[in-house]
Amino acid sequence: MVVPHGSDPPMPADLADLVALAKEGDHQAFEELVRRTYSDSYTLALRLTGDEDDARDVVQESYLRAYRGLKRFRGDAQFTTWLYRITANCASNQLRRRARHRHEELDEELGPVVDASHDPAALADVADLRSRVEGALEELPPRLRAVVVLRDIYDLSHEAIAAELGISESAAKVRLHRARRKLRAQVFPGRGDDQDEESAHAV
Amino acid sequence: MRCDDLGDVLAATADGSVSLDDAARRHVERCLRCQAELVQYRKLLRTLRTLRTEVLEPAPGLLAEILANVEAAGERHAVRSLLSGRRVAYLGGLAAATAAGAGAAIVIATRSKRARLPLAG
Ligand SMILES: [Zn+2]
Repeated sequence: MVVPHGSDPPMPADLADLVALAKEGDHQAFEELVRRTYSDSYTLALRLTGDEDDARDVVQESYLRAYRGLKRFRGDAQFTTWLYRITANCASNQLRRRARHRHEELDEELGPVVDASHDPAALADVADLRSRVEGALEELPPRLRAVVVLRDIYDLSHEAIAAELGISESAAKVRLHRARRKLRAQVFPGRGDDQDEESAHAV
Repeated sequence: MRCDDLGDVLAATADGSVSLDDAARRHVERCLRCQAELVQYRKLLRTLRTLRTEVLEPAPGLLAEILANVEAAGERHAVRSLLSGRRVAYLGGLAAATAAGAGAAIVIATRSKRARLPLAG
């Protein structure tokens, strides 16, 4: 396949148009899709795996799968949503592989408790709240983190999350609620101490 | 009904997807602690949503790596199509692949070599 260089037609602005071109075999259209979405995909992969190397591997694998599976993408969902699902699935596999090697990844402990002696002024600060939420996310066990990241940040449906993580929808919901409870306890320490018995409710 | 009975319920209802049943609502209406918890969940969910637009920049080189991998996969696919599913010896494959581009031929050659190494060793 000979692709003339230097005479590339301008790429459409719309992701959906790029997807249509890529489905017809336009390799450059697919490359443009990668260019426009890879930072976003990497961010999701990093939030899911919590590790830069793993995130890079996950993103690589995701785009290969997206490339091979593009014909099966029907366009009834957003391309990015479809890509998030693939990324979620690859990240889930990656974490499973890694958990076999590093058993600490399965550690269900709450992790270090955030220092409760916060300055009330700082507590009110939005940026501070954001960084505390991000810190708390990193402390979550990966399988709880995956569900809350996919549902509450990326707005995937329970059904999609369950399918990509290989769990039931009800398990996805249980994990979501556990993850939110742990996050709340971590982000707003010293209030509503009913989190202490969390370890009794193994999922 | 006690606050402790409502832990999961509050976590579930904070996003508005589920509503409290009557007993829970009666409790929360009179309970400052549960109301404070709901407010915290709302703040938490709002903050999580703002993370959606945040981009964590990968270290340099990731884009180039992805594009190279996709390109290689595309070439492998193109060559396989050229071979039209027939089990051709790699030599024949190389000849056919030359028409599609020398790069693709090298990909196949190195891959097959790597795959055979463990058998030889
Ligand atoms: Zn209460």
